[in-house]
Amino acid sequence: MHFARVVGTVVCTERVPAWRRHRLLLLQPTDAAGTPQGRPLVAVDLVSAAPGQPVFYVRGREAANALPDPDNPADAAIVGIVDAVREQPIDGAA
Amino acid sequence: MFLARVVGEVVATTKHPELAAQKLLLVRGVDPDGRATGRRMIALDTVDAGMSDLVLVSDEGNAAAQVLRRPRGAVRTVIVGVVDEVSAA
Repeated sequence: MHFARVVGTVVCTERVPAWRRHRLLLLQPTDAAGTPQGRPLVAVDLVSAAPGQPVFYVRGREAANALPDPDNPADAAIVGIVDAVREQPIDGAA
Repeated sequence: MFLARVVGEVVATTKHPELAAQKLLLVRGVDPDGRATGRRMIALDTVDAGMSDLVLVSDEGNAAAQVLRRPRGAVRTVIVGVVDEVSAA
């Protein structure tokens, strides 16, 4: 699972039936500290995340499995809202 | 699977039901010298790993399902072992 921040909402009126009860959110992947990393992606929201919130998401087949009906084409799903990350410097690595 | 160091913990009150009551740790891949300089990921802890432990992480859904003894679901990143020793050939 990976860290991201919610940076937007994607509206698709016409979409696959399995997604009907879920929102699609635009995510900017981040590191553990919230610094943007890489390219934005669209993920199915399963935790009622709000714009600006730090979240974590799962990629691949497990994203589709996270929905009530696993027969859907999701490749990213938000599965948690980050309250806090306690990272300790280890090995002096940046 | 990859070798990683436990570098932190992640607190999340709101999360997917499959992650309820599970410990989420921040792991960071190690380089060949064992230094935690690689990618960071959030992993579900199944072996009671502790801070700064060298661990073995699997990032695949079927492996996670087997370790958790449940049908394939939303979990794919799991800590599957605490490494005692790595010896280079």
